[in-house]
Amino acid sequence: MILNDEFRLKIGLAEMLKGGVIMDVTNPEQAQIAERAGACAVMALERVPSDIRKEGGVARMSPIRMMRGIMDSVSIPVMAKARIGHFMEAHVLEALKVDYIDESEVLTPADEDNHIDKRGFRVPFVCGAKNLGEALRRISEGAAMIRTKGEAGSGNIVEAVRHMRTIQREMKQLTVLSHDELYAEAKRHQAPIELVEYVAQNGKLPVPNFSAGGVATPADAALMMAMGAETVFVGSGIFKSNDPERFAKAIVKATTYWKNPAKVLEACDEVGVSEPMRGLDTSKLPEEELMANRGW
Amino acid sequence: MIGVLALQGGYEAHARAIARAGGEACEVRTAEELQAVDGLIIPGGESTTMLKLLDRENLFEPLRAFGNAKPVFGTCAGAILLAREVSNPKQNSLGLVDIAVERNAYGRQLDSRVTSIEGENLGAMEAVFIRAPIIRRAGAGVKVIASYNGDPVLVEQGRHLVATFHPELSSDNLVHKYFLDKVAAQ
Repeated sequence: MILNDEFRLKIGLAEMLKGGVIMDVTNPEQAQIAERAGACAVMALERVPSDIRKEGGVARMSPIRMMRGIMDSVSIPVMAKARIGHFMEAHVLEALKVDYIDESEVLTPADEDNHIDKRGFRVPFVCGAKNLGEALRRISEGAAMIRTKGEAGSGNIVEAVRHMRTIQREMKQLTVLSHDELYAEAKRHQAPIELVEYVAQNGKLPVPNFSAGGVATPADAALMMAMGAETVFVGSGIFKSNDPERFAKAIVKATTYWKNPAKVLEACDEVGVSEPMRGLDTSKLPEEELMANRGW
Repeated sequence: MIGVLALQGGYEAHARAIARAGGEACEVRTAEELQAVDGLIIPGGESTTMLKLLDRENLFEPLRAFGNAKPVFGTCAGAILLAREVSNPKQNSLGLVDIAVERNAYGRQLDSRVTSIEGENLGAMEAVFIRAPIIRRAGAGVKVIASYNGDPVLVEQGRHLVATFHPELSSDNLVHKYFLDKVAAQ
């Protein structure tokens, strides 16, 4: 494990985001709504995932002018998305001094074989994962935070649950194996043996594990926390509801108080008759439309 | 029993650090849970997020009342919440310690750093700064325990302790032991 000072600082910021909600925003006005609602960070992107899904075309890093506007308008950390493998977008974002980069399957991948070599950057990275092997490959490339992918822009929690269950189960399984079985596990997960050993010893990833993709209600957010997420990313769920401010506040409350069902009830009640985003039945989506299948 | 305010932020790391330092810690999210602890840690995280939750959940006054009777240790965002005055931007705070702090005063994440500082009677210790605030003014009743680049980074006033860095992310446990001693002395 590369636990040098630089990597500790990268993980350190992720520690400070725990128990909070990171909200997708596309402009400074949305960023301010997110901050007022109690977001612990915002994620700048060109379009929210449900619009990318609807409109199609190539989804790229957000325009610089828009990101500067967002960075100037809030005091909380600003994260930004770069395309998978597009290390030049990442260099630009680092030069802009964003606080975290998400090498994200929500944008159109730029490289079909290689992810960004994230160890060469001083800015920390978060990457998505559907299973333990994918998470450990991203960590070996230098990611300081993992988020389960879910299915972005779907408003459907089922994929986030599937990915979180998968990673948690695969981690638990490693903890009961003897050391001589770990080499075959490393091969099966296609992950470095050192990271497989770490998980076997500690029962968790060496970096924080957050959840993303499909959170649309306060109860969704609390569910992911109860399943082992340390923080929740909410993409389309806030600004595609019919009352973003209310949903944002209620999701923040449910995330903090997930251990207390009476408080989660209060959060659910606070949205009143406002409606969450409509959502998609992900089992009806053709395989090639699933964003979670991007990245490897 | 040490409570760690667990609305958002580095609360797990603090609970682990208290355990390493030989104490016992629990998470605090409500006024009732606050009643059961002898000292409280307000962790790092986002002070705006914590302020909003304190306000909406009516925890602001119970927290201030707690601080008027028992020790509170604030790190980073916790230091901001304990301060008398906050800038960049201006925001509300508990005002339990007579300091003025500027938020995100070193800059963004790329300006975060790990360094070494010298604490009075504590010796050399590691200091992890993450989007840290700077204490711009410390009142007459505030004792500076350690400084970095000429700015106070670890201070105390009476029963309260303030660090602008993250001792919970270092393994030396010196600051957490110091806080446990302060709580025991009450």
